Amino acid sequence: MEKNDYMELFHQMLLIRLVEEQATLLYQQGKVGGFLHLYIGQEAVSTGIISSRQPDDRVITAYRDHGVAINCGIPVKVVLAELLGKVTGCSQGRGGSMHMADVNQNFWGGHAIVGAHLPIATGLALGDRYKGRDAVTICMFGDGATNIGYFHEALNLSKVWNLSVLWVCENNHYGMGTSVERASAVSEIRQKAEGYLIPNSRVDGMDLMKVREAAQTAIDTVRTNKTPYFLEVETYRFRGHSMGDPERYRTSEEVKHWQTEEDPIGIYHKYLVQNNIASVEEITELEKTAEQEVEAALQFAESSPEPLPEDLYKYLYVDVE
Amino acid sequence: MPRITMREAISQALWEEMERDPDVFILGEEVGLWGGSYAVTRGFYDHFGTDRVKDTPISEATIVGAAIGAALTGLRPVAELMTINFAFSAFEHIVNQAAKLHYMFAGQMVLPMVIRTVSGGGRQLAATHSQTPDVIFAHFPGLKVVAPGTPEDAKGLLKSSIRSNDPILFIESATLYSSRGEVPDGEVLIPIGKSKVQRVGKDVTIVTYSKMLETSMKAADQLAQEGIEAEIVDLRTLRPLDMEPVIASFKKTNRAVIVEEGWRSFGIGAEVASRIYEEAFDYLDAPIQRVAQKEVPLPYNRTLEQFALPQVEDVIRAVKEVA
Repeated sequence: MEKNDYMELFHQMLLIRLVEEQATLLYQQGKVGGFLHLYIGQEAVSTGIISSRQPDDRVITAYRDHGVAINCGIPVKVVLAELLGKVTGCSQGRGGSMHMADVNQNFWGGHAIVGAHLPIATGLALGDRYKGRDAVTICMFGDGATNIGYFHEALNLSKVWNLSVLWVCENNHYGMGTSVERASAVSEIRQKAEGYLIPNSRVDGMDLMKVREAAQTAIDTVRTNKTPYFLEVETYRFRGHSMGDPERYRTSEEVKHWQTEEDPIGIYHKYLVQNNIASVEEITELEKTAEQEVEAALQFAESSPEPLPEDLYKYLYVDVE
Repeated sequence: MPRITMREAISQALWEEMERDPDVFILGEEVGLWGGSYAVTRGFYDHFGTDRVKDTPISEATIVGAAIGAALTGLRPVAELMTINFAFSAFEHIVNQAAKLHYMFAGQMVLPMVIRTVSGGGRQLAATHSQTPDVIFAHFPGLKVVAPGTPEDAKGLLKSSIRSNDPILFIESATLYSSRGEVPDGEVLIPIGKSKVQRVGKDVTIVTYSKMLETSMKAADQLAQEGIEAEIVDLRTLRPLDMEPVIASFKKTNRAVIVEEGWRSFGIGAEVASRIYEEAFDYLDAPIQRVAQKEVPLPYNRTLEQFALPQVEDVIRAVKEVA
């Protein structure tokens, strides 16, 4: 990797953090409606995974999708516009926080029903296999999704048909407020892949470089061996499950520990400086640029038009007889 | 015109579309080696091969989910759910995924896919395997629900469904597969979302679809012997619902009976009757009658089962109420 590449990864993680902080404010101001699930703390996961893909590789994820959207190349202004329900948003204000997508960037959505996008991922991979393409479908989901039937159906089918799917479980230790220990028969989620003979591994999701290394190996395995692969990424969300989470299920000490000792941006910051890739001043400069970028994006989103009521029925069907 | 069975008509439609378009493929339980649990895809596996006729595990959610994903990549999957009773296991993917993605992502996602399934009772399979819950699926905007009652319509509508760019639930009737009807030689394409007058009459309008079209036709033949001429409008598509031929017929007859195989409450009859009241109240000469399944889980015992299902005599009785 060149220096620019290293800096771009930092830039992306920073943008995610800043967008999520901005989203919090917008939610508190009543400008963002519905549910809002923040990616703060998990930035290294999607940044590491998605920066390791080829352009033809597809990405599909769950509802905690703002970070994934940014990593896939959706401009920050378009993400913020979608949060505000504007027509300039990636889903033109029809999807909101949980339903961002840009198929031109091979990002097949944000999906809000837990586990329901896993069967769809098998179909994306089936489509590529049918056409003889060697693309990999990267399907991300939380630890909670591994307890629903769709997960098991989809993993089984992916192995029966040897589909090129990289299953990425973002284990952030809690499905809403229920810890993995209280919800899952196995504490290491990757063990569930063993039952389907899917090769698997587990990696520290707070260290970007480790995530990238694991992702590269996993993607290469899928592409070369034409087999599914299961990567468990251990991570932590610094904020509640969504806005309005009373957080009775974890201690403030635990949260504080992760925020201070395991901050993925802090860890990567240290990595860049210690390995003489960038100076503290250069990074500070990048931080300022990112803040200005988000500021400009916010202005774009705020000043964008609302969707029109007369377009309510647009996109209901493709063929209208 | 050749007279062929519903099974043959559906099979021909699939075969012809697969020959025409290499992006069309089939997936489902027992569609391949077995030849389809209703023998619709017999011979397909040997002719088209394993890549295009894909046997799946018993995983209904993932059969539909995989069809959605494949459709998103530009293929035209035809997923088969062995019966509509198993569609409940795939309910999420039919009504909450397939029906939503195009709209929710502002047109970015296109789902040219068909889910074929089999509805209806009358084969002594008891309550869990005998339902006609078609109307439930017709409740959801974003999905199209097609349910033909004749071989010609089945062939033409299935071919149109496969060529359509929207997700379609294509409902076949379990007890119609061996029914025969005339199907023209050559290409048969019938537009989705068009009701059709299947029998012309002047005294009463019967609105129905699928298996109950056959039942209603028999009733109309008997009524004709008593001097009552029923006009029969076959909905053919439940969503979008084409009321034009229904309203036109009703304005002529001023009387309507709606016949469906499913339960009466919250059913097709309720919807169609409401629309007639809304659109043609001034033409009403008698309260609209509904013929439907009695509201119990369908029993196994043949006598009880037939008693619960709508019969020709029920249609005749309802017609006489209004005519």
